[in-house]
Amino acid sequence: MSRHYTEGAPLLETRGLTRHFKVGGAIARKTLHAVDDVEFTIRDREIVALVGESGSGKSTVARLLARVYRPTSGEIYYRGRALSSFRTRRDLLGYRSDVPMVFQDPFASLNPAYRVSHGIMRGLALHRPDIPRHQRRAEAERILERLGLDPAGEALDRFPYELSGGQRQRIGFAQALAYRPRLIVADEPVSMLDVSVRIGLLNLMAGLRDEQGVSILYITHDIASARYIADRIMVMYAGHLVESGPVEQVLQDPRHPYTQLLVAAVPDPRAELTVDKVDHGEPPKVVDPTPGCRFRWRCPWVEDVCHRITPELVELSPGHSAACHVAAARAGYGDVAVAVADSGDRH
Amino acid sequence: MPDAPVLEVRGLTVEYLTDAGPVRAVERFDLDILPGEFVGVVGESGCGKSTMLFGIAQLLSPPARVSEGSVRFRGHDLVTMTDRQLATTRWRDLSVVMQSAMNALNPVAQLGDQFADAMRAHGERSRATIRQRAEEVLALVGIDLVHLKSYPHQLSGGMRQRAMIAMALLFNPDLVIMDEPTSALDVVAQRSLMLQVKQLQQQLGFAVLFVTHDMSLVSHFSDRLVVMYAAKAVEIGSTKEIFANPGHPYTEGLLDAFPSIRGPRLPLTGIPGSPPNLLHPPVGCRFAPRCPKRFEMCDVEPPFYDAGTSRAACHLHALADKKVVQ
Repeated sequence: MSRHYTEGAPLLETRGLTRHFKVGGAIARKTLHAVDDVEFTIRDREIVALVGESGSGKSTVARLLARVYRPTSGEIYYRGRALSSFRTRRDLLGYRSDVPMVFQDPFASLNPAYRVSHGIMRGLALHRPDIPRHQRRAEAERILERLGLDPAGEALDRFPYELSGGQRQRIGFAQALAYRPRLIVADEPVSMLDVSVRIGLLNLMAGLRDEQGVSILYITHDIASARYIADRIMVMYAGHLVESGPVEQVLQDPRHPYTQLLVAAVPDPRAELTVDKVDHGEPPKVVDPTPGCRFRWRCPWVEDVCHRITPELVELSPGHSAACHVAAARAGYGDVAVAVADSGDRH
Repeated sequence: MPDAPVLEVRGLTVEYLTDAGPVRAVERFDLDILPGEFVGVVGESGCGKSTMLFGIAQLLSPPARVSEGSVRFRGHDLVTMTDRQLATTRWRDLSVVMQSAMNALNPVAQLGDQFADAMRAHGERSRATIRQRAEEVLALVGIDLVHLKSYPHQLSGGMRQRAMIAMALLFNPDLVIMDEPTSALDVVAQRSLMLQVKQLQQQLGFAVLFVTHDMSLVSHFSDRLVVMYAAKAVEIGSTKEIFANPGHPYTEGLLDAFPSIRGPRLPLTGIPGSPPNLLHPPVGCRFAPRCPKRFEMCDVEPPFYDAGTSRAACHLHALADKKVVQ
């Protein structure tokens, strides 16, 4: 296709991705920093988990990728091409069919007035001109069968209210798959589902990656499920990316104190209860922030430098980065180590 | 009698009257709660766990009603009590913490006024006593006293939920009923709330009936566990034992549905299928259509068997020559 994509470029890449919202009245205008300077890449055939508490900005990232919001600054590159340069309808349709979104609430994201077939067939009509009209239904059935909705012909003629939550969310994925996507942006796709059906859907996502080479940005607050399917994990806190790396490495050896807190808070019946870290803190609302680490008010390691300089993501071991002055100093990073040592002297 | 249960539920059945006929959302539910005990109830959405709580607290509104059974709280049957009698018992001796604090708190009243309302409704007249008690319970849950003057929207989700718990503790109740109080919270806030509930419970000695869909959440906090499926209890026993040695295939399936964060990364299967429509529940064991271990006996409704460490409603224990209990 002639969309001028760069060979060998990552599937999706963000640089300095930032989104601010204006809040407050006409007199007290303030700026809420939902996403600040977020940089990551997603490669072909990989599931990347984006985790964080509510309000951390992870859903804003999803909406930026889905072009629901425009970035305040920064850029998203899709296969090497800047999204802001997409002008023609064909480019935009192409991007939307390559990068569809699956939403959190399967009860709210399907139109209750239409049969299940409606959304899927519309997607096929818009994004798959290669399929003639009379073959669309057969294609829709093929997609549903692949998602384990059986018998597919019957499911297509159902209304959403006739389906269970797990089935509805499969329809959500079916709508996305109808476009033959390269990257699915899935915003908390299983959090509304019961535990017994949740695993089925996670397995389905892993299957899409393994069998069809689809990449998935899996946005969730459930770290155990992220570990279950993701290849890499990124942790967000108050609009910043604070840690990223291979999922096992990050969860077994978290470097950022926030990741450590998060991992320790996950209930695990297979482990003994540890009561050493009780934290009553809450993530801050980032309105008109000053420089400095946004976790500093809750951080057990806080140093003077953390109040002055916003830490940047530093690669501490291959592929594993954290945005923490103290973690960087411990890993032996020169100037930051000096800064921390300096501020330590002054205490 | 130091060990008389504070709550004895016998054969509790709750029906929803629908156009298509009555739907039994809770069926013949039995439960004893001892003073100071923490009992967790787990199950998927639609299994009747919240309806069961509402049936115990007599908070059902039409079309739902308790059609059979009794709920004896400290010896008195709540089901047959008049509204006036209930009004003196509820909140004073038995209080309820709802799922969504945002909907349960009055959005246009300061916290302190809401505390005072509840205390006046229960006959407390002295402003000084009201003020003092409000400050005490707020301190108990670790909220700064300035928030007596705060409106609910000024508090974070975790603080609102703690304020709800403070309100529930105004009169030192014997039993606190909690309906998924942490489901709107993040993992970090969830964990700190659970630790706080457990600590308060040990400090003040009230019993807790805690409903959740997240089995791993109560694993470290509840003494006993009730697993519900399709309107019925399917397994009851000590939390530790059930986690170590589940006696019902459904419990086993639920346990296998949680990916671990520390153990080996194993492929999991979950439970295929979905829960039955309670308008036409399956004959015999209700889990049989989804059960990997079903056999001929499952066409007959299973009684509770003594499964060693717990009681489980599964015929597999008949094969192992276990005794039927109750």
